[in-house]
Amino acid sequence: MKLQVSSSPHIRDSVTTSSIMRDVIIATVPAIIASGIIFGLRSVLVILVSVLSCMFFEYISRRIMKRDNTLSDLTAVVTGVLLAFNLPPTLPYYMVVIGAFFAIVVVKQMFGGLGNNFVNPALTSRIILAIAFPNDMTTWKLAEGPFNFVKSLQGVDLVSSATPLAILKHQGLQGAESIPSLLTMFLGDKAGCIGEVSILALSIGVIYMLCRKIITLWIPLTYIGTVMLMTLFIGHHSIFDLFTGGTPTADTWRQVLSEPVYMMMAGGLFVGAFYMATDYVTSPITTKGRIFFGIGCGVITVLIRYFGNIPEGVSFAIVLMNILTPHLDKATLPKTFGEVKQHEKS
Amino acid sequence: MPLRFVFSGGVHPKGNKNTDDFPTTRLDSFSSVEILLQQHVGPPCVCAVKKGDHVHVGQLIGRADHPMAVPIHASVSGEVTDVRFVISATGDPVEAVTITSDGLYTVDPSCVPPVINSREDFLHMIRTSGLVGLGGASFPVHIKLNPPKGKEPDVLLINAAECEPYITSDFRQICERPDEIIDGILAVLQWLSIPNAIIGIEDNKPLGQEVLHHEISKREAASNTHLPISLKSLKTLYPQGAEKMLIYSLTGRKVPPGKLPYDVRVLVMNVGTLRFIGEYLKNGIPLVRKSLTLDGSALNTPGNVNVPIGARIPDVIAAAGGTKEEPSKIIMGGAMMGVSLDRIECGIIKANNAILVFGSKESRIPPESPCIHCGRCVTACPMHLMPTGIDQSARRLDTEGLAAFHVLDCIECGCCTYSCPAKRYLTQSIRNGKTLLRIERARAAEAEKIRASESNQAAGKEDRAV
Repeated sequence: MKLQVSSSPHIRDSVTTSSIMRDVIIATVPAIIASGIIFGLRSVLVILVSVLSCMFFEYISRRIMKRDNTLSDLTAVVTGVLLAFNLPPTLPYYMVVIGAFFAIVVVKQMFGGLGNNFVNPALTSRIILAIAFPNDMTTWKLAEGPFNFVKSLQGVDLVSSATPLAILKHQGLQGAESIPSLLTMFLGDKAGCIGEVSILALSIGVIYMLCRKIITLWIPLTYIGTVMLMTLFIGHHSIFDLFTGGTPTADTWRQVLSEPVYMMMAGGLFVGAFYMATDYVTSPITTKGRIFFGIGCGVITVLIRYFGNIPEGVSFAIVLMNILTPHLDKATLPKTFGEVKQHEKS
Repeated sequence: MPLRFVFSGGVHPKGNKNTDDFPTTRLDSFSSVEILLQQHVGPPCVCAVKKGDHVHVGQLIGRADHPMAVPIHASVSGEVTDVRFVISATGDPVEAVTITSDGLYTVDPSCVPPVINSREDFLHMIRTSGLVGLGGASFPVHIKLNPPKGKEPDVLLINAAECEPYITSDFRQICERPDEIIDGILAVLQWLSIPNAIIGIEDNKPLGQEVLHHEISKREAASNTHLPISLKSLKTLYPQGAEKMLIYSLTGRKVPPGKLPYDVRVLVMNVGTLRFIGEYLKNGIPLVRKSLTLDGSALNTPGNVNVPIGARIPDVIAAAGGTKEEPSKIIMGGAMMGVSLDRIECGIIKANNAILVFGSKESRIPPESPCIHCGRCVTACPMHLMPTGIDQSARRLDTEGLAAFHVLDCIECGCCTYSCPAKRYLTQSIRNGKTLLRIERARAAEAEKIRASESNQAAGKEDRAV
């Protein structure tokens, strides 16, 4: 009789790396559908090109490096979807392929593959594309979608439009005509990257991930909370407006209170906080570390958004904090059960 | 509703308590038994019989010469046919006595109910009964019941959590022998002058709570006094029955790293250990039989059995109904912390509370993949360690890292390996890390000693020179 010998425990949970990745993919489906409705078929094609080229590069680079095939862990698919989420729907396909190459080959596989990349592949690749192709990465077209929300309002097929963030940055809420209403911001009929526009669709995915215990709320909540709180103090319509120039009018109140909400829903903050910053490999492992990580992301994002040269700072913020992750983990090593202060001294 | 402490961490493995409705069956049809002469933590016993001797049930066969040792008794009546060294389940060479049973189970005349007049009598009785901690650790009970001066416990905690999947033997003992459990508890309270006892039992065993509650109130009604025993329901969460977690859950006290329960004034005993004390007080027969759970996909009839200690596992499996497929993994103990055996011919030992016989599907080990830093192991660790950090340090043979990650505080409960989605062998790697750090520390201490003696010699020479 041949008996198998192994170290305990002898039973394992059913969750695997690929089951987690499958859940993340499912969580992105609502946002994929929303992008199809808002931007039209082309955005879905960009996602498809991104996913397929990520899978291709994953396969071929592992092959060249004589390592085993890791397509089945589905991480390349997740990277592909998230990369596409950060691209404008009108980006030429060859640029999408270049982005996939940087994400998979340079950022992920050249550092040792899954688990060893120190920055988020999708976001780093987006930054590379934004620097390499600044025009194409910041051209925002609206109203290609089948529902043609904006077309019906403005009577044209294609509208070049500024993103709400750019409007916020340069004009504040005063140019109130050009900035979409909060409801529009929530539903997603606005200029922006493929996956970031519909807060509603992203929220559905987030609820799914929370139910499946894929992510915890520490990073997203501290991240978004920091951004909103800082906006309240240093925004165009800061809380100090309420105390200058006599009794605040209802309009002042509205502006002061809605600017943080715009900040939360505009740009890549929502998708970044819930889908990118929570990436396991590049975010801290301890709860305390996750809190610091989220706060750090928030501070950097707000500083770039208000004082930087570019309207959006989410990708830079997350990538910068990714680099700090090992140090955050080391600094926030949990205290052993039962350990007390005196024990540390002795 | 009294305050309920819940430790943070832990996992929820599928309970698999398939056998909780199965009453304990006594199995006697063993032609021979192989009894190890070391079934406790501590030095081995000295063999007290020789080949050809005739022994009775309860007769001493392993003499406990060392104060830490616990005597071993014959579990069947019959002839000693062999005394030799065998390899134990954990891989150590241990002397073993083989007794061929005459099937009569005649009890040695020296086995009479003990008479106890003092604390010393009680501790002596515990030791001569051959009792070790039956929760799985096999720590000598007479040592545990004798804490150092000034650290006398003020509460006795009874571990009836039984958080390991599959195992139901403690639960069955609670249902079948609540009287002996309460007798045992009262005896310990009386002779160690402990004012209170708390029984901790997981909330997935309402019947067990019911039975114990009924037994306590029955006695209180009969004697018209209040028994100092309370029942506390614990959240069903593995490893609720781990000593430090249980102490926290029942009292809110935290045992600091490297300290023992009596440092926070508690005494923790397994419910099976107390049941045996209650039984021994009645009949005086030493610990020669053990109740255990038989389960696993390869078995025809899972269930609870009561067998003589030393009964060989294949005999036990055969007597309990045999297997339906060839076993591909046999585990002595629970699925989370048990030892998987490399040979089936081992005899049952005192601390056994389960034998799991896994078929090929259950024993499949998933392949390892890279750590994705998801943090599930960190969340699951009841000791609040960072298993993945220890794992990486252990694989790099980095003893400094191992020390920084507090590897020696690990209780090896297996929660990290269980929860890891990348299926990394974390607990195994942590065990390696512990050994590595211990060796490194021993080597450092040795080097320090040599250096000290050399500098002493040098100093001596200088003195002479002057």
